[in-house]
Amino acid sequence: MKTSDAKSAEPATPMRTPSGIEVPVVATRDMLKRPDVEPPGEYPFTRGIFPDGYRGRLWTMRQYSGFGSAEESNRRYRFLLEQGQTGLSVALDLPTQCGFDPVDPMARPEVGKVGVSLSHLAEMETLFDGIDLGAISTSFTINGTAAIIYAMYVACADRRGVPRAALTGTIQNDILKEYVARGTWIFPVRPSMRLVADTVLFAQDATPRFNAISIAGAHVRDAGSTAVEEIAYTLADGLAYVDELIRRGGDVARFAQRLSFFFYVHMDFFEEVAKFRAARRLWARIMRERYGVTDPRAQLFRFGVVCGGSSLTAAQPYNNVVRVAIEAMAAVAGGAQSIFTCAFDEAFQIPTEFAAELALRTQQIIAHESGIARTVDPLGGSYYVEHLTDRMEEEILAVMDEIDRYGGAVRAIEDGWLQSRLAHRALERKRKIDTGDTVVVGQNRFQRADEAEAVGEAFRLDPDASRRIAAQYEAVRARRDAGAVARALDRLEAAAGRDGENLVPHLIDCCHAYATVGEMVGRLRVRWGDFREPVGL
Amino acid sequence: MSAAGADRPLAGKRILVAKPGLDGHDIGAKIVALALRDAGAEVLYTGLRKSPAAIARAAVDEDVDAVGLSVLSGSHKELVGETLESLRALGAGELPVFVGGTIPAEDHGELRGWGVRGVFTSSMRLEDVVAAVAKALA
Repeated sequence: MKTSDAKSAEPATPMRTPSGIEVPVVATRDMLKRPDVEPPGEYPFTRGIFPDGYRGRLWTMRQYSGFGSAEESNRRYRFLLEQGQTGLSVALDLPTQCGFDPVDPMARPEVGKVGVSLSHLAEMETLFDGIDLGAISTSFTINGTAAIIYAMYVACADRRGVPRAALTGTIQNDILKEYVARGTWIFPVRPSMRLVADTVLFAQDATPRFNAISIAGAHVRDAGSTAVEEIAYTLADGLAYVDELIRRGGDVARFAQRLSFFFYVHMDFFEEVAKFRAARRLWARIMRERYGVTDPRAQLFRFGVVCGGSSLTAAQPYNNVVRVAIEAMAAVAGGAQSIFTCAFDEAFQIPTEFAAELALRTQQIIAHESGIARTVDPLGGSYYVEHLTDRMEEEILAVMDEIDRYGGAVRAIEDGWLQSRLAHRALERKRKIDTGDTVVVGQNRFQRADEAEAVGEAFRLDPDASRRIAAQYEAVRARRDAGAVARALDRLEAAAGRDGENLVPHLIDCCHAYATVGEMVGRLRVRWGDFREPVGL
Repeated sequence: MSAAGADRPLAGKRILVAKPGLDGHDIGAKIVALALRDAGAEVLYTGLRKSPAAIARAAVDEDVDAVGLSVLSGSHKELVGETLESLRALGAGELPVFVGGTIPAEDHGELRGWGVRGVFTSSMRLEDVVAAVAKALA
């Protein structure tokens, strides 16, 4: 046996985190660049954006759900609210996300499949039937048609007599990452950036408690990026939005207070915790150093997370319950403002009610039994976590510099450069799983030959939902005032042709007239055309 | 063009990788496209949001040896069925078609029954996917 000094304990092949950061056998005090990290609630907020962590307020438990018709989703929402969920998160079907009406031939196979159909105001009214819009916070995972869905939500509140200022919630509205990973783009990048800016600028006055954008790294991560790239791509997109909003006359010290972010948590516990600490510090530094923002409220990096996704397996699906619990603990130790825990069956179907409830209970157990939330940033000061936070920050900055040198996120996306980079990274991740370099229990290690594929009850979509959605669509079109619809759409199209005019008021008028998502998108397409996807590999 | 060998079992083959419908999850299609290319194939990727008719037309016009369809939205039955129908209408009903994505095990048999030559899910090893395609095209 060799002597036990730290040097000889280093193994021949260094161990690395999934992002490639070398992990010391034992972390020591001399590795720390800043032995005393600033307290939470103080710039640069490494340890958290609030001085008292979760004592003031727990994170929001927000389970993504929605399927089929508005009636069916409304029943699931009421169930989740009765079970103690504190916010709604609306999943929308692909036709709504891509701007097709449910009767369009491209849309027909997808109506009501991966989320609920919201093609006109009547469906929105049904979706929130019996739910007080002034009392609930609602998050919509919507991007290509985010401005339209936001307008529809505002119109719905108007109809109910709920003051716009009382609305709380989030629209994802992060179009840039759609071009890179999620694919629900419609228009070319630059007019899409205009729609994002329109929404943010309108919302800060009309619905000041509503987050009009949630800049998301989750989808590039789930597609195959590393944790470092997840943050780097997202902050690079964030800079592109900030620049666009400033160009449009927005006051950065003001609009930056409503920016929020959204990420995946995967399985490497400490890297995930360090990722959030590094991102929080980096964003505050960027806001201060690059944009001269001094108001601390505009430096805060507020983020939600989703736990699960591609870290879950169809093999031995009950293992996913454990994975999600570990990931949610990392999210809490990392200081997330809202958490969505995937259901264990989400790798292969829309969750059953049983699985959805268990996912929510996982968060409640962490919140109320584990004690992790009692003290702020409980891992702060750990030699390893502080070292990893510093290293993550360096690596994130290096990738952001690469994007900057390329010409920024918008350019890198228009050219397909980021898309291609992500595809190659995803191939690398897949090959590591194939070879067993990355262990996935139950899938490439510790498999069972006798494993049955299915677990528990299977979730079944109502096969008739699509037909009913189409029938309601036709009925709404038949009874609305066609003249009023045409006039509202004409005004929208004209405004889209005028640079710098905010389109959201026109979209709200269209929604009030029961114009459909497909009609509004069609009018904007007349002015802007479609995005031409770079398909090179 | 180099001859097919152990490393390049798909040398000389042209393969169309396509995304039918509105599903935007393209990373699986791209990973498989890259793996097929590494295995020697010339790969054409359609990009997102193509109609089954447009995919069938591209397959015929480009004179490909096989078509891979990627669907993760749950609409695989409709979209695969329509693509097969469109291929038959163009006289290309014999063209080998493969399907990948989130395809529940219970649907694999049905798709194969329609003539689909292989159904691939994300947990399958890439070399097994390549081998299955190579075997079907041998």
